[in-house]
Amino acid sequence: MPPAPTQLPVQSSAAAFLAGLLGSCRSVFALVLVGTYVGIGALAHDFGFSLPWLMASTVLIWAGPAQVILISALATGAALFEVALAVFLSSVRFLPMVVTLLPLLRGSSTQLPDLLVPAHLTSASMWVESFRLLPPLPREQRIPFCNGLAIGLMLWGHIGSVIGFYLAASLPALLTAALLFLTPMSFLVSTARNSVTLANRLALGLGLVISPLLVYFQIGLDLIWTGVIAGSAAYAVQRLRGAS
Amino acid sequence: MGRELTPYLVLIFVGFLPNEIWRILGLLVGGGLDEDSELIVWLRAVAVAVLAAVIAKLVLVPPGALAAVPLGVRLAAIGSGYLVYGLARRSVFAGLVAGEAALIVGGLLFPS
Repeated sequence: MPPAPTQLPVQSSAAAFLAGLLGSCRSVFALVLVGTYVGIGALAHDFGFSLPWLMASTVLIWAGPAQVILISALATGAALFEVALAVFLSSVRFLPMVVTLLPLLRGSSTQLPDLLVPAHLTSASMWVESFRLLPPLPREQRIPFCNGLAIGLMLWGHIGSVIGFYLAASLPALLTAALLFLTPMSFLVSTARNSVTLANRLALGLGLVISPLLVYFQIGLDLIWTGVIAGSAAYAVQRLRGAS
Repeated sequence: MGRELTPYLVLIFVGFLPNEIWRILGLLVGGGLDEDSELIVWLRAVAVAVLAAVIAKLVLVPPGALAAVPLGVRLAAIGSGYLVYGLARRSVFAGLVAGEAALIVGGLLFPS
């Protein structure tokens, strides 16, 4: 076999970006994001936000649950500091997500600025799909592929926002409920699908049990505590199993 | 002009920045970590557990119109979605469709 032709890095990263963009169309999350943002679009319309504002919030925030909190809390007249705090607490997941995504993305010549865009584009959907799609790819293609994937997913979200914004008045309440249900349902099955190690499977199961208990007993910072308690317990079990 | 600009200032200071802090922190913390390091293995478990907590909260204390669907229907729907996902050889799509169908049927049978 002849040696692979050396492509210009610009060309190959553009091709990888395009491959990621197209990959988003084949992802189950394309459907999930259209549906989720139809729900968020309807919510934004009902609460009197403009469509450009909603789309800007998707580009800047890119986190469905945080956007739902922001829109509904602002609309009900909560104090700005309280709203900011609620958004802040709901987005803790991005810290461990970004930290664990970086080693998957980094190549030998990667600089910190190259990672700024994928870090901003990190969301639950992109994180789950990256762990599924990136490992077979050569390292130098992973960052552009990942950016293409996330931007593709975001475009599906924008399409949903436009649909939801203009259909808001005619959407039955049960359909809006079903659209809001897409987030927990898709997070659950896709996280289960991706959790191959014992630690991750246990973390999912324990998290589902511990979080309702913390919420029931009204313990503050429940997301952080669930992460630390369930994640550490799951990690500890895996280590003990490995050591025995 | 002020009226046009204010919602965007609110978006940046109340929505964007509080959310983005975590990603920036992740970038600063994770800059030099190795894929197989124990810290990464632990943090992946933490990330999955936080995601589990987000799932549980969205089902138990849901936003907007989802709150009008009875709790029993929400729990049955997420359970059936997971069950079908398992039965359909771990198909995310099958689980999603089954869960959504269960929620809509349950919502029609048990209107609040």
